[in-house]
This record gives sequence, C-alpha cells and structure tokens, in this order.
Amino acid sequence: MSMLQVSVYRYNPETDSAPYMQEFQVDTQGRDVMVLNVLAMIKEQDSSMAYRRSCREGVCGSDGMNMNGKNGLACITPLSEVVKGGKLTLRPLPGLPVIRDLVVDMALFYKQYERIQPYLQNDNPEPAIERLQSPEDRDKLDGLYECILCACCSTSCPSFWWNPDKFVGPAGLLQSYRFLADSRDEATSERLAELEDPFSVFRCRGIMNCVAVCPKGLNPTRAIGKIREMLLANAT
Amino acid sequence: MVTNITNFGRSGLSDWLIQRASAVILALYTLFIVGYLLLHPNLDYATWSGLFGATWMRIFSLLAFVSMAAHAWIGLWTVTTDYIKPTGIRISAQAVIILAIFVFLVWGVQVLWGA
Repeated sequence: MSMLQVSVYRYNPETDSAPYMQEFQVDTQGRDVMVLNVLAMIKEQDSSMAYRRSCREGVCGSDGMNMNGKNGLACITPLSEVVKGGKLTLRPLPGLPVIRDLVVDMALFYKQYERIQPYLQNDNPEPAIERLQSPEDRDKLDGLYECILCACCSTSCPSFWWNPDKFVGPAGLLQSYRFLADSRDEATSERLAELEDPFSVFRCRGIMNCVAVCPKGLNPTRAIGKIREMLLANAT
Repeated sequence: MVTNITNFGRSGLSDWLIQRASAVILALYTLFIVGYLLLHPNLDYATWSGLFGATWMRIFSLLAFVSMAAHAWIGLWTVTTDYIKPTGIRISAQAVIILAIFVFLVWGVQVLWGA
C-alpha cells in the first residue's frame, strides 16, 4: 500500500455556503500515474466529485487545474512531477468563477478569445483550390496555432485576474498574433487598432507565468512582444 | 478596444513607449548624480550650486523631472486600475496622484530656477 494524501477543493453552491478542502487517501500502488487517474480514484470514493475531462491525453484541454500551486493539464501531469512530501493539493483554475468543485466558468476566457476575432479575414475572391502560402510564411504560424485553449496560461496571469473583462490574456493574445502573423489575413490594421489601448495588450507586465505553465510549451509572452512591435511599427 | 480617459497618453501604446523612454532617462540621471557624488567626496555648496547653475544640467534635470512625472502617472494609473475597483475611490485616487505629480513638477522647476 502506498497511500497518497490528496487535498481537493470542494464547492457545491447548492448545498455549501463556502468552499472547503476535503482530504482523501488514494492508493496509487506505487505507480507514477497521472493526476487525472488520481481524480478517477477519488471519484470512486466520492461520486459527487466534479471535474472536467475528455480525451485524457493532453489534446482537448478540458482538465486544466491547479496542482500543488501550478496550473496544468491533469491528464499529462505525472505525480512525480507535482507531488511534494507525499501530498497533492488540487484546486480549480484561479481567477475564474467556480461552478462546482474543480469546474470553472470559462465565459470570460472565451469572451476575450472571441474579441480578437480568431478567424481568417480576407475579402478577396477565393481561388479555385486554396489560398497559397510560402513555406516561410507558414513557418511563422508554428508555436501559435497549437494552442488548445485550456486556459492554464490566462488563469495563471495576475493581469488577467485583476482585469479579466479588459485584458485579453495570454491565450487570446497568442491567437491574436497567430492571425496578425498570417500572410493570408488582410485585417491586420483593424486588428491592431483594437489592441492599442492600455488594457488589451499593454496590461501584460511580462512576468511569463503563461510560458511557465503552458502544457503545450508555447510562448505567449513572445507573441505579445511581437504584437507590441507591430503596434509600434504601425504608429511611429 | 477598451476606452480610457485618465491614463497619461490616452493610448496604451504611447503610455508604454513613454514609460520605457522615461525609465532610460531616469536611469541615466540617477547614474549621473550617484557618480557625481562619488567623484566629489568633499562636496561644498559652491560646487553643488555651480553644477545646477549650468544650463545643460538644468536641461538634464528638467528632463528628468518631466520623465518622473510621466513615469509616475503611467505607473500609478496602472496600479489604481488593477487594485481599486470602486469607481469613486479610483477616480479620487487618480486625481490626488495627478495633482501631487503636478505640484511636485512645478516645485521642482522652482527649485531649479528659483535660486
């Protein structure tokens, strides 16, 4: 028996007046399983435990949560990576309203994503087959398009915590730059005009929490720097 | 686009650029003053007064004062919008900060040219 002490954030707004931490003992049989497996074992003990999950292989981005103080995807985070002193603390993603237990309301996160118009804009008549792009232009999108919108980055960002209604956040800005950098997109100046206020982009203070937590290894801080460069080039 | 009317340059881009440019000026001014004090261990009033009597030093000092004013406005405006959520308290705090910056700037000019 190798028991793991797990402390989980619990909150059911229909029955609880305030959130609380519940302790569980989980038998991992000495295996280095993923945090999501531990949550499944907890759900066997207490079926009222609520969390999101789907693909369980780091592709869907459903099970973003705060594990021992760091955001990440539970399904691709092995215990050996997060457990310290035989103890694991699981909390919902910080800064977003909690719906129940580890399930958060992502509405504000999606609203900011929607705001940057995450789709290709090109009013020219479509060619017969497809809009072509040189291999060099295509390379510019690497490190940008891979985002799965798990919200680990934006919910680890203090600027997003304080102003989630005004600051686009690292996830939204990474996607914003994905379209600013796309040679086929023609709305560059309109996109930049939407971003030059003191909040949308410039509330980023470059502390790079987003880079530290991104489960896909992406770099929103670099993308934000590139957006600033484009804004500067456009306005000086 | 998020609308703002109490930030320094009315634009995040201009605030951002001014914040960086003013930081460079303030760093240079600080380095100069510290270096000057280190190189003049037995500094007397005449030398100190002579330094600030020179036109280039007055230009440099005024540049530093103006940079300080802009830098403080942009920085503290950001702090108020991060941490003070009730609008009335936030606007009041911003007004007090901007007023203080104005007073300090005029006071600085008077110190520089008053003597």
